[in-house]
Amino acid sequence: MKKKAFKAALPYTLPICVGFLFLGMSYGFMMRSKGFSFVYPLCMSFFIYAGSMEFVTANLLLSAFNPVYAFFLTLMVNARHLFYGISMLEKYKNTGWKKFYLIFGMCDESFTVNCTVDPPEDVDRGWFMFFVNALNQFYWVTGATAGALLGYVIHFNTTGIEFVMTALFVVMFINQWEEAKDHKSALVGVACSVICLMIFGSDNFILPAMASIILCFVGMKKHDENKRKERLGKAEKTIS
Amino acid sequence: MTITQQIVTIAVVVLGTMTTRFLPFLIFPEGKEPPAVITYLGTVLPYAVIGLLVVYCMKDVPGSGHYGVPELITIVFIAILHKWKRSTLLSIGGGTVLYMLLVQMVF
Repeated sequence: MKKKAFKAALPYTLPICVGFLFLGMSYGFMMRSKGFSFVYPLCMSFFIYAGSMEFVTANLLLSAFNPVYAFFLTLMVNARHLFYGISMLEKYKNTGWKKFYLIFGMCDESFTVNCTVDPPEDVDRGWFMFFVNALNQFYWVTGATAGALLGYVIHFNTTGIEFVMTALFVVMFINQWEEAKDHKSALVGVACSVICLMIFGSDNFILPAMASIILCFVGMKKHDENKRKERLGKAEKTIS
Repeated sequence: MTITQQIVTIAVVVLGTMTTRFLPFLIFPEGKEPPAVITYLGTVLPYAVIGLLVVYCMKDVPGSGHYGVPELITIVFIAILHKWKRSTLLSIGGGTVLYMLLVQMVF
């Protein structure tokens, strides 16, 4: 059962493998260029296991000690995981002890695969998702460690390498755009974020952006429900 | 920072990350049905969050030296390449290389 799930999961993780090795290596390489031993990216990629936050933590480690600020900054940068969790409440049901690891390792990429891919019917869903997570984490930790080790021997101009994160999200955005039936959700996300960025500035816009996105969706749902009720009411009148 | 302070900082980041990942499952344990609004949010939010992340990546661009020109060129390039070849990795890799060339050599 495990072998089958592993074989089903592997192909979906291969594109992520190349991406994670690449991104992980650039992260490890950057850590090394800031003077950290390879033990740092190794431990951070394993325990934090949230890409963008690991880049941010590198900066935190180089500035003054302030754990409270670090905690709230983490909550803001990773708040999107709350949404992922809500989306996965159903799918993680009945997965037993694996559930703990599925939640621990719920990064953007594992979430995307586990949320959108339905494994073949004869494959156990819990083990499928488990291997998607485990393989992705393996690629990420390997990449980060290898990048730091490479940093001991190779030196080249890495300016602009951080754009790999932007490119990743842009491509994910295009993919989602094409598979969605209506583009309201994507447009709400972009519009609220841009407006909040202009009002609150780049350091403070994430929380208001998330709040306004949620408010928009709740408002839209209420609006839809009212419309449906109106239609139902009309239908009843014509029947009577 | 001392080594102890570095370990505390990393531990706090781990704690923050795990809070965001475990909280929904603690609030809505198995068997407890989340309200309709929450399940609805679960279906629409992933699309919105990717949009938010794109904006998050671009958040410091307006303040940088080149008014977002290299970023804009690269994103248009990624969109065309992705429409044409349909390869996620080629689009990401090609876009990153183009951006690195642009900021290192042109701008």
